[in-house]
Amino acid sequence: MAKNAQHWEKTRGLLFVTLAIWAVFSMGIFLFGAEMNEVTGPFGYPLTYWFTCQGSLAIFVILIFWFAGRQEKIDEEFGFSEKGDD
Amino acid sequence: MIKGNFIDNLPKVYGIYTGGFIGFIVLMAIGESMGMTAKAIGICFVGFTIFIYALIGWLSRTAQASNYYVAGRTVPTVFNGMATAADWMSGASFVAMAGGIYFKGYGYMALLVGWTGGYVLVATLLAPYLRKFGCYTVPDFVGTRYGGNTARLMAVIVLTVASFTYVTAQINATGTIAAVALDIPFQYAVYVGLVSILLCSMLGGMRGVTWTQVAQYIVLIIAYLLPVFWISNNIGAGFFPHFMLADEVARIGELEQQFGFVKNSAADLATVPKGLAGITKAHSEVNATPWAFISLALAMMMGTASLPHVMMRFFTTPSVKAARKSVGWSVFFIFLLYSSAPMLATLSKLALIDPNLPTGIIGKSIAEVQAIDWYQNWNQANLMFVSDFNGNGTVELNEFFMGGKAVVLATPEIAGLPYVISGLVAAGGLAAAMSTADGLILAIANAISHDVYYKMVDPKAETAKRLVVARVFLVIIGFAGATIAAMEIQGILGSVIWAFDFAMSGLFWPLVLGVWWKRANKEGAIAGMVLGLVSGFAYLVWVRSGGSGFLGITQLTFGIFGSTVSLVAMVVVSLMTSEPSAATQKMVDDSRIPAGTQVISQK
Repeated sequence: MAKNAQHWEKTRGLLFVTLAIWAVFSMGIFLFGAEMNEVTGPFGYPLTYWFTCQGSLAIFVILIFWFAGRQEKIDEEFGFSEKGDD
Repeated sequence: MIKGNFIDNLPKVYGIYTGGFIGFIVLMAIGESMGMTAKAIGICFVGFTIFIYALIGWLSRTAQASNYYVAGRTVPTVFNGMATAADWMSGASFVAMAGGIYFKGYGYMALLVGWTGGYVLVATLLAPYLRKFGCYTVPDFVGTRYGGNTARLMAVIVLTVASFTYVTAQINATGTIAAVALDIPFQYAVYVGLVSILLCSMLGGMRGVTWTQVAQYIVLIIAYLLPVFWISNNIGAGFFPHFMLADEVARIGELEQQFGFVKNSAADLATVPKGLAGITKAHSEVNATPWAFISLALAMMMGTASLPHVMMRFFTTPSVKAARKSVGWSVFFIFLLYSSAPMLATLSKLALIDPNLPTGIIGKSIAEVQAIDWYQNWNQANLMFVSDFNGNGTVELNEFFMGGKAVVLATPEIAGLPYVISGLVAAGGLAAAMSTADGLILAIANAISHDVYYKMVDPKAETAKRLVVARVFLVIIGFAGATIAAMEIQGILGSVIWAFDFAMSGLFWPLVLGVWWKRANKEGAIAGMVLGLVSGFAYLVWVRSGGSGFLGITQLTFGIFGSTVSLVAMVVVSLMTSEPSAATQKMVDDSRIPAGTQVISQK
């Protein structure tokens, strides 16, 4: 059972990290939307505008794949990973 | 050409399909140059795509419960991603999103962030654990985790309230497009749409819906991206709009400064046809308070994680880790469309308001604009309007009005693209609306047939009988939705956003705490669902009937209030009552480990 508890602790740790990054790019940065929009962002768009069009959205895509990869590593470490690959 | 197992051949099958569809577009383009009428092209596009979907639906027919409910749990990650994206992106996303951005700017773009960010919650908090549980439906999870028919029934009720609000809008959109493309009255077109929707789902259930949704995603993404790239090239804005429109965005800002936002008098506005709006907000400036933006994004994110028709797509993957990855693919495929919508809005706005472009109408004389072909077409369709309020004879920024749908529907024509593109866009909008409607109707009908009929009324029913019941409910729900859609009570987008709020009010915490808090029990979950849904609904009614609301929570974000009540109720009631049985706690432990057999064994 100790193994299960450790696995769950690591899983929860990864959850908190993932949700922290999520909170920053879905809500945190928009606290400063007006100020950030004065800055020129990637491809020359105003920065806040860029985040709402592309930035935050792309970060979510990458974040989910990163999370999935990390979680798989945790599962493998404890031998809880499923057989078969895909 | 196709040997062996269907799943192994998926890339080949859909590769051929995509090639075939592109070939069809080329064929139509040739037809157009040889004098085929616009109406004939529209009918061909709509008829051909519906025929293909129906064919896939028929080929996917099944007599097995696991195929009918969860597509046999064999859907590979990338394809499930495409199916989820089609399931997710509704007729509203396709037709109205670019228009929303065009008119409302930053405040509206909270929806883009919310409707993608929600998937982070799906991937981390719910999808893998619900997949491990092995449930057929979302209420199946609630019923098994908490035990007892009351919790199960409450989950079915929340699901029905949320999904039904949503599905009428989708059937409405299907009907609108079918009415225009086939040139028949809306009241009949709604039922044509319904029959097409049922053809995809009735015989194959989830399996049929999965493979038609993949096909529909391919149609809708081609139909959205092709015009965006083409328009961008046609007006000389750059060959890859997403990376190259900074100058255009800046130019719009410049023009806004130059023209100024003149406020129209109420008397003048009264002469503008209903549903049309003028440009009154800056294109790329921050025009909403941080809380207005964040609260809307948050409501949409929590709503995303609570909508059963999305969650059940992740029950179809072969494994838990495939479920996680497939969420990533889903957002990737959604991102392709969502990141293009603001670009389309930018191109559309610039093409219309820049006096330096041949298509620009601001500054031209009223008579000249009224003589333009495309203006006349869209004015007739009740989507465009100019009026000389100040009597100076020229069109000013505040004298030009457009419907939200026109951004997607009219821009190709304005930018001088051939009509074949408009036919393609109609097919894309239809694919978007149909795929979402299918997912929603199936979610409701499955919850009623599996959770209410099989689990509560007749647990000894044979598979054949269960699947007959499932199909009967599919038809009943579909007809109920179409009948309400035919009455045209509510605009497309309003009801879509409410669905998110209803879902999050009733289901978000019971689902999340069911996985993450072992102490959560039946009494708590029931209290959370009942009080969450009731309080959210009460808040909506209060604000709609003139109530002032509090904390800046509007009728679009009432789920924030509902879900907070739900969380408090669930925690308090759970702690006041006894902890769940050892068997239930063991079930939660099992769901947290990907390896091993799934928690519930299904027949």
